[in-house]
Amino acid sequence: MIALDDLDRQILRRLSADGTLSAGEVGRQLGLSQPAAWRRIKRLEEAGVLAGRRIDLDRAALGFGVTVFLGVKLATKGRVSLEDFERAVMAIPEVQVVQHVLGLFDYRLRVVARDIADFERVLRRRIMTLPGVGQVEANVLLTEERRPGPLG
Amino acid sequence: MLDDTDRRLLRHLLGDPSLGAAALADLAGVTPATCWRRLERLRASGVIRRDAAVINWRALGYEVEVSLRFTLDKTNPRAFDEFIAAAREVPEVIGIETFLGRVDVRLNVIARDMAQYQDIYRRRILALPHISELEALMLIATIKDSEALPL
Repeated sequence: MIALDDLDRQILRRLSADGTLSAGEVGRQLGLSQPAAWRRIKRLEEAGVLAGRRIDLDRAALGFGVTVFLGVKLATKGRVSLEDFERAVMAIPEVQVVQHVLGLFDYRLRVVARDIADFERVLRRRIMTLPGVGQVEANVLLTEERRPGPLG
Repeated sequence: MLDDTDRRLLRHLLGDPSLGAAALADLAGVTPATCWRRLERLRASGVIRRDAAVINWRALGYEVEVSLRFTLDKTNPRAFDEFIAAAREVPEVIGIETFLGRVDVRLNVIARDMAQYQDIYRRRILALPHISELEALMLIATIKDSEALPL
């Protein structure tokens, strides 16, 4: 596992706030030369710590006013039913996130929809018809906030 | 207002956020100058809220990720604000979401191992104010994680 020093942690903090920063800009903020900052960023990428970029959109401005998290419990268990469920749920365009979890539910899904009526359509036609689906709990997302995490 | 060109740019960008402006312009069938101007406008108007590097916590030795679902004591009008302010003080909390439904707030918590998780849970999480109920879902695997919208 890669060992980080304070400068690496500062670089991660800055890039996880703004992924569009160039190595030169990150370096300037931290008093590093462009090549030194570039080498550190490269090392973090090669170690798999920096794993690409993520773009968060104002989904409502794009016409997707509703985001719902679903907890899904499978009615039947076993390897085959998990694979069938996963294959089918991955193919639903409105489902952005699929997580296999341990606890009260078997899966967590993040679903986007244009409005509540559209969500009901996705729920009835797409989710409730998934193979093996059992109990489903829905919670409508109001706000979300990403935190920098344990970076010193 | 967004037009078809904006939507096309966003669709390609969501598909691969690390695309450079030149590659993106090519895919969307616009000139690099147009592409750059459009992206600037989408950022300025807040349609693109955040464009950030993804940190893979597993690669830093954080093997445990737990989704903690809270119901808060809503008899106190300040319950949400105080709970969220306190949760922000816990470094291992990497995400905070609020909901309408049976769950009020969800925290995404990471830890190096189960022993550290137990320590964070007992010392920091159970000390958060106004908790009425609490459930944990332990992440086994993320099968899909995409910001893609059916545009």
